[in-house]
Amino acid sequence: MGELSPLWEVFVRPRRGLSHVHAGSIHAPDAATALHNARDVYTRRQEGVSIWVVPAAEITASSPDEKDAFFDPAADKVYRHPTFYHVPDGAKHL
Amino acid sequence: MLQRKGSICNTVMVYGNDFQTSAGDLLGEVEAAEAALREAAGRELAGEAGDAGGHDAGRHGAGDRDPGARDPGKERAGYFDRIISADQKIEPRDDMPDAYRKTLIRQIAQHAHSEIIGMQPEANWITRAPSLKRKAILLAKVQDEAGHGLYLYAAAETLGAAREELVDKLLTGRQKYSSIFNYPTLTWADVGVIGWLVDGAAIVNQVPLCRCSYGPYARAMIRICKEESFHQRQGYEILYTLAHGTPAQRELAQDAVDRWWYPSLAMFGPPDSESTHSEQSMQWKIKRFSNDDLRQRFVDMCVGQVEVLGLRLPDPALRWNPQRGAHDFTEPDYAELMRVISGDGPCNRQRMAHRRAAHADGGWVREAAAAYAAKQAGAEA
Repeated sequence: MGELSPLWEVFVRPRRGLSHVHAGSIHAPDAATALHNARDVYTRRQEGVSIWVVPAAEITASSPDEKDAFFDPAADKVYRHPTFYHVPDGAKHL
Repeated sequence: MLQRKGSICNTVMVYGNDFQTSAGDLLGEVEAAEAALREAAGRELAGEAGDAGGHDAGRHGAGDRDPGARDPGKERAGYFDRIISADQKIEPRDDMPDAYRKTLIRQIAQHAHSEIIGMQPEANWITRAPSLKRKAILLAKVQDEAGHGLYLYAAAETLGAAREELVDKLLTGRQKYSSIFNYPTLTWADVGVIGWLVDGAAIVNQVPLCRCSYGPYARAMIRICKEESFHQRQGYEILYTLAHGTPAQRELAQDAVDRWWYPSLAMFGPPDSESTHSEQSMQWKIKRFSNDDLRQRFVDMCVGQVEVLGLRLPDPALRWNPQRGAHDFTEPDYAELMRVISGDGPCNRQRMAHRRAAHADGGWVREAAAAYAAKQAGAEA
């Protein structure tokens, strides 16, 4: 058994005008092959019009253990939302 | 301390349904633009099943090494035109006319610069905000402006513009930013007026940009407009509070409205008869409405809003015109607008000096971060 080739994360743009969205991952020895493999695995039914492949090892992800420390500070800043503010009766287009 | 007026729980309001809106208001329009984007994305392009399908396969096949090599220039131009006329989005790797790319880079960069410089007039009041609540809100707002600048720089970079180059063009004055940020914020009421009028005018300008033909710009604008709604409302609330306070507070609010009204009207740019970039941008669907149309829309919106505030707009000629179905109003001083844009406004030098100093003062942080990264890379190797 040879070594498994590197892992690539696959992002697919479903339609022109929409952002690329993560679809899954794929193994391939190089970028061009990864792109072809990703097409075969993730877009067999016209799921996309454009694909990005990114070496999985190159992705830096936040850690689930640090989720609270990382994201909680946003929770008590309710004033970042428009609904925090009182709009007087009759004021339109705000 | 950070309580919303009334007895309803904050979190219910926030997490309940932020974007449930009645038709015709800002967030409703942004939602509609987003829905239209999705709807257009699902539409078949004329002739897409045939030649364009092959075109796409050719482009995305071999790692984009040779984009469009199979197509003569004419066919490529036809493809661009078909996307535009189908109200679909141009994406970064699509073929596009050089002038389209350049126009977008210029517009998006100037927009980004405006967000960055726009932090200054308000940041000026962070230390003097009248309460901890107002201070926290203002901090969040200025932080948003920085974020909006970054979304926009990132959108410009998808067109091949380098970040350093854009920053350099701002610092050396080779690219402009919105004229409005060259006016001073003299009192706390100015912070309220900036939210209501300046952000209000920006929103009127920006909501149509959510439908811009360039995908990354349109998507950035959808994100920005959703966040801007809080900016406008917090400003309106500040003004409403002042206008219903003591006579002195009320006077402060009126004085701020008086000073900012015409500069806000000028934010829509020169009149259509003198606007240089408009026509081509309309054809390319970068721009959807003319400067004068947007200005009129803004005036019509403000008239009702100022009544609720109990203040007045400083224009004796302002009145409803039943024939036009719109308000007649006094145009801003466009000669002043040109002077301010060309560098001779009340605060141009101060804004640029501050921006340059902030960039230079941050130099040691960038150097330290780079040195740390190099050291870590060395340790791993």
